Amino acid sequence: MRELSLNILDIAQNSVRAEAKNIEIALLEDENGWLTFRITDNGKGMDAETVRRVSDPFYTTRTTRRVGLGLPFLRMGAEMTGGSFSIRSKPREEGEGHGTVVTAVFNMKHIDAVPLGDMVSTVCVLLQGQPDIDWLFIHSTPAGEVRLDAAELRSILGEEVSLGETEVINWIRDYLDEQYSSLNP
Amino acid sequence: MKTLAELAEIREKMKGKVAMRQNDGNETRIIVGMGTCGIAAGARPVLSALVEAVSKEKLEESVTVTQTGCIGICQYEPVVEVIEPGKDKVTYVKMTAEKAQRVVAEHIKGGKVVAEYTIGASVAK
Ligand SMILES: Nc1ncnc2c1ncn2[C@@H]1O[C@H](COP(=O)(O)OP(=O)(O)OP(=O)(O)O)[C@@H](O)[C@H]1O
Ligand SMILES: [Mg+2]
Repeated sequence: MRELSLNILDIAQNSVRAEAKNIEIALLEDENGWLTFRITDNGKGMDAETVRRVSDPFYTTRTTRRVGLGLPFLRMGAEMTGGSFSIRSKPREEGEGHGTVVTAVFNMKHIDAVPLGDMVSTVCVLLQGQPDIDWLFIHSTPAGEVRLDAAELRSILGEEVSLGETEVINWIRDYLDEQYSSLNP
Repeated sequence: MKTLAELAEIREKMKGKVAMRQNDGNETRIIVGMGTCGIAAGARPVLSALVEAVSKEKLEESVTVTQTGCIGICQYEPVVEVIEPGKDKVTYVKMTAEKAQRVVAEHIKGGKVVAEYTIGASVAK
């Protein structure tokens, strides 16, 4: 994909489809140009056999199309830059603490690295589509941190007004844009 | 500076409006395919444009914009489906943000399907 943020949007949809109630999207950038993307959900998880196969492009449990592309794309993107990729998962059948953690590390200075792109749009689209999930977005950089906690915002909006309302989404867009522009030292 | 107090104001303003919404199955649904193929082909700006246009045309009381996974016609992504009560589903293909604005203005608001963007027109080519 042209932007890492599009890949992240796609990977987050996997957590939504796994019926997660809490989804944390963390981006961690260091001074040397390494970026770690980690998504943690408490969805239904996968068994060991599935985990082993999901980063292989010819594996998917979906029936509409044979090949899953999301995780292989992410893996390829990370490894092409000399970074790494990993999945940890615990299936719901195994009880307490089930869910999935996908981690991908990128060397953003590598010639094959795609830019992060528009994370604000990615977060807004996720909130618009799934306003009842407790999203936590944290983007930590050497110049400071951008953060959005859906549960916190929802507690202000109350029962009647959804986080997915256009006016709310527009406010969130501005809220994130402001945090990003105040990062520049 | 955006403050959480502003969000509380939005809440007060929206409360009444939300209560007036149709929730009787008579609303128009706009559905955007947000599977991997859709996202790779440009579904994110299409979705944003649809949400924005619906709000700009003040159609929020009777129109919802929702997301779905892969619709199964990857070569035509980004795909947008329009479902109006009592009418056949209309499938728009190879959408862009600009096309999305036109669909909202002419079809959703104006009642006239933008035939040239539909899957029928695309297949006939
Ligand atoms: N967070 C998750 N929780 C549970 N299962 C997951 C999760 N992420 C991925 N999976 C499983 O791994 C499979 C492969 O995911 P991947 O994103 O690569 O392809 P896909 O979602 O099946 O198809 P697409 O190409 O549309 O993304 C999924 O179908 C799902 O079964
Ligand atoms: Mg996927």
